[in-house]
Amino acid sequence: MIYFQLFLVYIKIGLFGFGGGYALLSLIQFEVVERYKWITDQQFTDIVAISQMTPGPIGINSATYIGYTATGNVWGAIIATFAVCLPSFILVLLISYYLAKFQENRYVERFFHALKPVTVGLIASAALYLMNKETFFDYSSYILFFGAFILSMFTRIHPILMIVLTGIIGMIIY
Amino acid sequence: MGSLLSLFTTFVKIGGFTIGGGYAMIPLVEREVIERRKWITSEGFLDVLSLAQSLPGIWAVNISVFVGYKVKGVKGAVAAALGTILPSFIIILAIAISFAHIEDNMWVKRFFMGVRPAVIALIAVPMVNAIKKIGFTPYNVTIAILTAILIWSFGVSPIIIILVMGIGSIALYWYRQRKLKQ
Repeated sequence: MIYFQLFLVYIKIGLFGFGGGYALLSLIQFEVVERYKWITDQQFTDIVAISQMTPGPIGINSATYIGYTATGNVWGAIIATFAVCLPSFILVLLISYYLAKFQENRYVERFFHALKPVTVGLIASAALYLMNKETFFDYSSYILFFGAFILSMFTRIHPILMIVLTGIIGMIIY
Repeated sequence: MGSLLSLFTTFVKIGGFTIGGGYAMIPLVEREVIERRKWITSEGFLDVLSLAQSLPGIWAVNISVFVGYKVKGVKGAVAAALGTILPSFIIILAIAISFAHIEDNMWVKRFFMGVRPAVIALIAVPMVNAIKKIGFTPYNVTIAILTAILIWSFGVSPIIIILVMGIGSIALYWYRQRKLKQ
């Protein structure tokens, strides 16, 4: 049963996940954490951190990780990863065929244009869900957050370096 | 033209060395697929890129399916997609299996206590960049805030919002076009 649910959830994420990796987070969070409670907010945040440090897109990484963690079985990982790729596989093949016509279609253009500000809101909702008391348990978490935000925004620090740095700070101060 | 095997190995290389996903893979695709293998031209790649980004799902998979299909049809698309997925699948599976055993380790716990606030910052930065890119207009800001609040405070599914906004904009466009013609 859980395998079937996992398959359906990741088909949905693959089919409606517009706007790339970070916007995808919102859909994953909504289905996997809020709705089915396969993993906790904390585990989800950790998966995002691990995804940033390992090769491959966050969508694939989270499908593999959550598929395994939710079922405790390699098949869960395979099913979720397969399911998240399936819709884009079919869509891209269909569109490769009608490539030119598709891109020039006014309705298609309107559709994508309308989703641009929605994408920003999706990313914001993922961040809001993760801003909870377990992550921000005292003032030191806020300092780490603002420090990381300012460094990432205004310098070209690599996300991996940022994660390792804040992790080491965590090991020292907690 | 490339064989299925060279499609697979090329995308294994791209998938294995793209850390963080998305934009990070673009320079690798340019070097391996355009310059080295000459499977597509750089103009062709720009089309593929813009299309891969507007479609739902994972950009890296979309790009590899496009290129694979162009080189060797449906089989090529499967080979390229498998190549993209395989490295991260194996690495993440290994981490997921071992993480279950070390999750409760004191040092691992402390490490992630420090990392979690930074992860939120790493999500907030692309959000700020995205709104900068589409423009800080009152309309864009309102839609973004409404979307976030509907999901976060009211538990509305992101899929519902995507469908309503997408289909709504098409309906509005259709209505306006019809009025113009009358």
